[in-house]
Amino acid sequence: MTLALSAPAGFAPVARRRLWIERITGLGFALPAFVLLLLTILLPLAVLLWLSLTNYEFGGVDMDWVGFANFGKALADPIIRRSLVNTLLYVAIVVPGGVLGALMIAVLVHRRTRSRSLYEVIYFLPVTSTLIAMATVWQFLLHPSLGPVNGVLKWLGFAPVAFLSEPSTALATLAVIGIWQLIGFNMILFLAGLTAIPRDLYEAADIDGCSSGIDRFLTITWPLLGPTTMFVLVTTMITAFKIFDTVAVMTRGGPVGSTEVLLYNIYLEGFQYFHTGYAAALTFIFLAFILVFSAVQTFALDRKVHY
Amino acid sequence: MATVALSSIAKSFGSTKVLGGVDLDIADGEFLTLVGPSGCGKSTLIRIIAGLEHQDGGGVAIGGSRVDHLRPHERRVAMVFQSYALYPHMSVRANIALPLTMSRLSLRQRLPLLRLLSRRRREVMRGIEADVGAVAMQLQLDHLLDRKPAQLSGGQRQRVALGRAMVRQPAVFLMDEPLSNLDAKLRVHMRTELAELHKRLGATFIYVTHDQVEAMTMSDRVAMMDSGSILQLGTPSRLYEKPASLKVAQFIGSPAINLLPATVAAAGRLELFGRPMALAVPLAQGQAVTLGIRSEALALVHGEPGAPGRAWFTARLRRKENLGSEYILHFDLAGRDAQGVTMRTTPAIAAGLSEAAEVTLGFDEAACHIFGTDGGRVEPRGENGATGSVVPLRA
Repeated sequence: MTLALSAPAGFAPVARRRLWIERITGLGFALPAFVLLLLTILLPLAVLLWLSLTNYEFGGVDMDWVGFANFGKALADPIIRRSLVNTLLYVAIVVPGGVLGALMIAVLVHRRTRSRSLYEVIYFLPVTSTLIAMATVWQFLLHPSLGPVNGVLKWLGFAPVAFLSEPSTALATLAVIGIWQLIGFNMILFLAGLTAIPRDLYEAADIDGCSSGIDRFLTITWPLLGPTTMFVLVTTMITAFKIFDTVAVMTRGGPVGSTEVLLYNIYLEGFQYFHTGYAAALTFIFLAFILVFSAVQTFALDRKVHY
Repeated sequence: MATVALSSIAKSFGSTKVLGGVDLDIADGEFLTLVGPSGCGKSTLIRIIAGLEHQDGGGVAIGGSRVDHLRPHERRVAMVFQSYALYPHMSVRANIALPLTMSRLSLRQRLPLLRLLSRRRREVMRGIEADVGAVAMQLQLDHLLDRKPAQLSGGQRQRVALGRAMVRQPAVFLMDEPLSNLDAKLRVHMRTELAELHKRLGATFIYVTHDQVEAMTMSDRVAMMDSGSILQLGTPSRLYEKPASLKVAQFIGSPAINLLPATVAAAGRLELFGRPMALAVPLAQGQAVTLGIRSEALALVHGEPGAPGRAWFTARLRRKENLGSEYILHFDLAGRDAQGVTMRTTPAIAAGLSEAAEVTLGFDEAACHIFGTDGGRVEPRGENGATGSVVPLRA
């Protein structure tokens, strides 16, 4: 009994030292990742926050502390409001188009044995091409008088449409280009998801009576693609929200502000007008939206789609 | 309840011939096992019966009528897969209920949102619920109905797969290696459960396995397959006691049958290791044959060997394997390093032998199986005038 009691007491300092060493080692291993996180994300974020509370202008010598004035200005600014609405409108077109379109193509391509890789390459090409270069091609294709798209419309007896210079069509046209660019990548993700569904589930379903394509899709494919769809949905939302390059190259926010989007306005404020403090505040608003999208994934939908 | 009749089923995948004209008649309520090494075509055959694969030639009839043009779910068959193929996103309840919801509800009543419009749906769902409950009770799954497959153990998943098959009361149960993902102890237990289930349901069972023990213990009849054809069809004891070919003899039985080379001497008399035996076969002199002797047919010979009707040879004990109730003794044959024989014996006899002991082993010549050079079974000529025969090997 005495032995049993004295033993832990005798070992205690050794055990404590060991625990200490373990803790230090653990922290040591975590340190490089933490330093990287600090330098590349946390520190810039802190600088951004600090800038957004000042009226700093790029190249300026001094600046004043303005508190939340930049945020107040942003929320009251009709241009920013309009660009926010435009961005959300763009997201509202691109997300359903880019996700459902990709899902449909993936389901169609999935069962092709010989031509599958060909389709994969074709649909993936827009992802690999630089959008800035492709924008020139789009501009030519959609040109009111020279473009083949309008050529076809005219041949069919319709009036030509000035896709990019008409305020009512410009944003929708950019959204279609956005879908065109996203659909290949989403398709690959869906194809990976489809490949992961075991074949014998379809066979079991076939024996159990899921004989039509609709039944198979609703019973097996769609529910088992849940996690993939979730991921595709969130990444597509974030990518769509970050719309910038087509606007910058093709419309510059026009015609009459119909394609002004949030990121383009941040770029104008920060790098054209050098209102760095104001641009920082806008960036924070932008980040808040992205955060909401991610939070929706993590907390609301994640539990529902995983099995 | 139904019979299953297969007539000259042929199937190739590309240039690989998997099945070459298989004929098989399965009686109503029979437990038939397709057994064979991997790649012998047994799984393809059961998938053709299920309708998951289409044969290139021949036909399948279930309950007397041809089903070749029918989709799997119209054939009144249910299948249990090796992987169980449970729907991972559905609860146990929904898994078992799926065959019923598919057959009892119209597409409109199954579609999301639209189904809310149907009044009859409620009623049907209640009926399904009751049926699922009854099956779950039989399989002791009633407390697991709300779990997802991922939360179940292997044996429980196996039972859910069985439940999903049972719930539609199919005429034929198809089972594709259903026990091979279970651990050894559970497998032995499930063998009994499956055999009892078969007795209780009275349905026709077609069971695919590569495990000869499963084939021997559960089946009414066993069809041993190899390279796309049935080598032998018969009761388990028939396959064990009168294997039609060398391949069947080697596959059925554990430990594997002992094979010894022998030659045909004058007048068809066999010679084993140069010593004449009493056995005579209707084969030409000089031909080589293979003798198959089950491990329990071997016995130690004390004193002078060569009693009439008993062949013998010498061997050296390599290893003793203790199975508790019995011993498996592994011997090397004198002068033949590569070849060994195994003998099944009692612990008392095994205790009397030390490692590397030189012994004489003997066997009753009537208990050995004779196979010709083509692997076909050869019946010996009897002493009282029976002529003996060479059983033609079915290709």
